[in-house]
Amino acid sequence: MKSLSKDRLWAIAVLTPSIILIGIFVYYFIGRTIYVSLTDWGNDPAQALALNPIIRWVGLQNYTELFTGFLQGRFRQELVNTLFFTVFFIVGCLGVGLGLALILDRNPKGEGLWRTIFLFPMSLSFIVTGTIWRWMLQPQGGVNQAPTLLGGQPSSFAWLSSNDSVLKFDWNNLPLITAAVVGAVLIVVAVRAAREGQRTRTLVAAACAALLILWAVFIGPRVRLLAAPELHGFNFAMIGIIIAAVWQMSGYTMALYLAGLRGIPEELREAAKVDGAQDAQMYRFVIFPLLSPITLSAMIILGHISLKIFDLVYAMAGPDNIAASVPALNMYLTSFRQNQFALGAAIGTILLILVAFVIVPYLANQFKTEEGHS
Amino acid sequence: MTAVPQSTVSAAQARRAGGIGRAVTYLLLVVAAFFFLIPIYLVFATALKTPDSIVLATAWHWPAQLNWASFSEAWDKVGGNMLNSLFLAVTATILSALLGSLNGYALSKWRFRGANTLFALMLFGMFIPYQAVLIPLFQFIKALGLYGSIWGLILAHVVYGIPITTLIFRNFYADVPDALVEAATIDGAGFWEIYARVIFPISIPGFVVVIIWQFTQVWNEFLFAATLTNTGSQPVTYALSQLAGGQAVSWNLPMAGAILAALPTLLVYIVLGRYFVRGLLAGSVKG
Repeated sequence: MKSLSKDRLWAIAVLTPSIILIGIFVYYFIGRTIYVSLTDWGNDPAQALALNPIIRWVGLQNYTELFTGFLQGRFRQELVNTLFFTVFFIVGCLGVGLGLALILDRNPKGEGLWRTIFLFPMSLSFIVTGTIWRWMLQPQGGVNQAPTLLGGQPSSFAWLSSNDSVLKFDWNNLPLITAAVVGAVLIVVAVRAAREGQRTRTLVAAACAALLILWAVFIGPRVRLLAAPELHGFNFAMIGIIIAAVWQMSGYTMALYLAGLRGIPEELREAAKVDGAQDAQMYRFVIFPLLSPITLSAMIILGHISLKIFDLVYAMAGPDNIAASVPALNMYLTSFRQNQFALGAAIGTILLILVAFVIVPYLANQFKTEEGHS
Repeated sequence: MTAVPQSTVSAAQARRAGGIGRAVTYLLLVVAAFFFLIPIYLVFATALKTPDSIVLATAWHWPAQLNWASFSEAWDKVGGNMLNSLFLAVTATILSALLGSLNGYALSKWRFRGANTLFALMLFGMFIPYQAVLIPLFQFIKALGLYGSIWGLILAHVVYGIPITTLIFRNFYADVPDALVEAATIDGAGFWEIYARVIFPISIPGFVVVIIWQFTQVWNEFLFAATLTNTGSQPVTYALSQLAGGQAVSWNLPMAGAILAALPTLLVYIVLGRYFVRGLLAGSVKG
């Protein structure tokens, strides 16, 4: 161990305030939130803002309420909205970002200007972006009027107020769907492990998959979360929000990909050319594989942004548009408009768990490779 | 931190496609630029119309007569909040940058056992959804007597800014040769002298990145703004959301308000875009 010189003690002393602040504001507050989520604080409106509210421990009741309670259908629709939003948002940003980066990589004239144009939405706040796009997506306005500029008929798509949806499923089937998805993933893991000759992993994965499938066949169909069927799907009201989000964030993936493309040594491209690779082959076999770590990185960053997104939705759809809402917005409204703190804390905790699934492996991986280097 | 290296001239030439490929490249660029700039055109076209000439059917038309009054009217509604935001963003940014610089220096030049784990734990704070800390944060700020004051908001921004500012400075100082620090140590300089004489003077590019990044983040933030402040201390993002959320308001006003609220960060981005991109790339945690 390195000796603790005076200077190193100073280093620790300098870091201490930050460590304490992060300890309180991140870890202690998270602990508090989880604790609050297990109480009934605010479930009785009369007690919510009392000076010394009577707070009782209720265990997981708030979570049960959110996933199965009659009144919390909004939250369940929001979870589904977030899922679809995340998928389309990431796909959109990656597609547009990669496309722009590939074009800019051809070194057009005025590259700086093009880059500036594609990146400027990043400097705006989601509130500004949301305000602008809300205006553009008015029922008889901007985007819907665009066809008339070319002599066509105005479109009548209900951008932010549509109640139509596709890919609907009954919430009651959620355990079944989850079991099927997890089971399928486990089967893939088992097959892979078998191919790599890892016996233990093959057996464990296969056994878990078998258990899940047995459960799904015999017990799952009889599990009913709700008394009545409750359909959720991809609401068309989310489409406009997804477009605005891609408009704002795709410049970010472009910047990431461009940095990656510029980091690929020219010799590699030339070697591929010498070997007789066509342009398409060079991208397929040389460039894209080298960009895959960037894709993963971007997916994680965009994924955690999309799980947290709240202000864009607030500015575009408003607080009361259930068809186009997300849990992060619901948490704010539940806690600070309705003063149902425990329920809000439960939503906050669920968000944290979702984000942690994405971020913790990522951070762990980043630091493992970094320590490997040094 | 990943900078964007400029490719060499020969490489650039090698990748310049000729003839048709070139035309397609520019065509695609123009189409994409169009998509990105349309909202800007519409915002200005709407902000410059008189309220009674804002008809949805003619939303795309450039106003026959420019009406600049919307801007002064919008300023009347959000000007005070703009000043709140300015004070908030400048103060929080300066404090964040100083804290981040010291943290980054301590973490990169005076490594101790467990420093990486500590840093990873710190960094997690950058990614948490603030909804998961919002209720205790609100209580805490209230208990400190800072609820409704701009200082509560500054405190929150400085604390939750620690991870990213530390990260940016840590990566920046990692590129400063350790030999420089060692030489100063041999000359008898200590922790603070080395910071003041060696590290701080060469930190300007790092400060520029952090200041731009934090200023933009703080200026654009909404959740804390909506939770920790009340009338009088609300920043411009909140004021704009109120302005645009009202149903009776005609659209020239929120559009002018959006332009006002966007102007400071947009200017920073246009003037110092290079550093903005560096901050952006640093956010993806490249060691």
